[in-house]
Amino acid sequence: MGTEESKVLQVRDLRVQIKTKNGVATLVQDINFELKPGEILGLIGESGCGKTVTSMSILQLLNRKETTIEGSITLKGQELNGLAEKEMRKIRGKDIAFIMQNPMNAFTPVFTIGHQFIETIRSHTHWNKKQATELAVESMKQVNLPDPDKLLKYYPFQLSGGMLQRLMIAIAASLHPAIIIADEPTTALDVNNQKNVLHHLDRIRSEYGSAILLISHDLGVISEMADEVAVMQHGKIVEKAGVFQLFDSPTHEYTKKLLNARPALYLEEPVINLI
Amino acid sequence: MSLLQVNEVTHSYGNRTFFKWQNRSKKVLSDISFSIEEGTCLGMLGTSGAGKSTLGKVILGLEKPQHGQVLFQGHDIYTVDKYTRQKIRRDLQVVFQDSYSAVNPRMTAERIIAEPLENYEKLTLAEQKRTVIELLERVGLDEKDLKKYPHQFSGGQLQRINIARAVSLKPKLIVLDESVSSLDMVTQTLILELLKELKEDFGLSYFFITHDIKAAYMISDTLGVLEKGELIEYYNSKNQFFTSKNPVVKEMRGSILAEHPRFRSIRARNNHI
Repeated sequence: MGTEESKVLQVRDLRVQIKTKNGVATLVQDINFELKPGEILGLIGESGCGKTVTSMSILQLLNRKETTIEGSITLKGQELNGLAEKEMRKIRGKDIAFIMQNPMNAFTPVFTIGHQFIETIRSHTHWNKKQATELAVESMKQVNLPDPDKLLKYYPFQLSGGMLQRLMIAIAASLHPAIIIADEPTTALDVNNQKNVLHHLDRIRSEYGSAILLISHDLGVISEMADEVAVMQHGKIVEKAGVFQLFDSPTHEYTKKLLNARPALYLEEPVINLI
Repeated sequence: MSLLQVNEVTHSYGNRTFFKWQNRSKKVLSDISFSIEEGTCLGMLGTSGAGKSTLGKVILGLEKPQHGQVLFQGHDIYTVDKYTRQKIRRDLQVVFQDSYSAVNPRMTAERIIAEPLENYEKLTLAEQKRTVIELLERVGLDEKDLKKYPHQFSGGQLQRINIARAVSLKPKLIVLDESVSSLDMVTQTLILELLKELKEDFGLSYFFITHDIKAAYMISDTLGVLEKGELIEYYNSKNQFFTSKNPVVKEMRGSILAEHPRFRSIRARNNHI
């Protein structure tokens, strides 16, 4: 698996700077990582450490006038950094799907869910409305949404956060993307929905072989999902290791601090809820 | 005598007017009784829509329940006279989840924290400023932050300011309504540690509303579980939560994410590829 072809995404020496009144500030620097098909890379760190900036720069969603992105981001050998907006639009949603933190704000309130779902599918394929609807219904069934036909006629505010997030996963998965960037996919959700959503995300991974860049500050999410973990602090990756290695023997001080942030529930109580 | 005693509180929304159909009303709290002792923390767990926040409002005196009473140090907070009530308000404080919307964006940190002091204490300006600085330092901020406005703080810092404001009058009970839920994990732990310290220092009691089992476990002495407006479980020791046979509690325990990849259950289930 060590060959270049086995990597779907490769980020080399990524450095993002922003122009402000007081000069140029560096948001993230020296970011290096790669994703193989079906792999989940967890990106962890506290708020403001540059996790979201990293994901936005992969999608080239940062304001081009104010920020400069240096380094190389290659998707299956294609360089994304500096790609024309028109070309980039073809990639977003099709090759790289994005799942945002707050599902409530990720949809337009003025269009129905069906409208938004079908628009996404049709802008990347040559299918007619009927075929697109079928695909939409099919992928909604995959994430256990009840009554997909009826749901398509609803507006976003009529659904709960958990349902919207599952819908977002359905949209992301419908075009079988090579990469899914999930930016805090469960943070805005109720605890009871969290596991559900993560479970569906993992199903997509195992069925279509999508690689997932999972951004989170929740160690629980990372330990449930990730194969490899990159720890970020002040815009840099300070440690990168396999998930077991990272949890068992962290080397960087900051990683130790993160891991010790929460006392483990299971220490006092033996493992009781292994379903 | 308990610090706070809640007796058979029942409350529903939507049937306040005489002419409205009674069956349209939605019962949010039914027959809830519990008490909080001085210097202890009661954690209230529940899924969204279980009535946790309504219960918090009832305790604060913001939402008059249809039946039942709330006794604070022996006084029924909904029937006492104006002056006693004013005294009770001083001993009863609250910190909400959204730190930004809990402060006035046009006030500096100094004014935000000094507001309760202005209302209740007769301090000279110099004394007041000294008290504010002491409070700021107590919650881990410093003098430089006095003149800053809310938008210049991060969520965690602003929540510290909210806490400083809540403890400024040395209250007896603080209602924490999802106070740490929107913060990242490191900040959450720091705030929880701070709350624990303050509890020891000032002899505070907390009513800690949350859906986060781990956070509740960290700070609470006793635990309650609310489900569809009913207090289905109440534990004098938080460890009983982990041995309870109640199906709702079992489901809640099932939703806890693994602490260590060894215990993971999601990836373990579909491991192919």
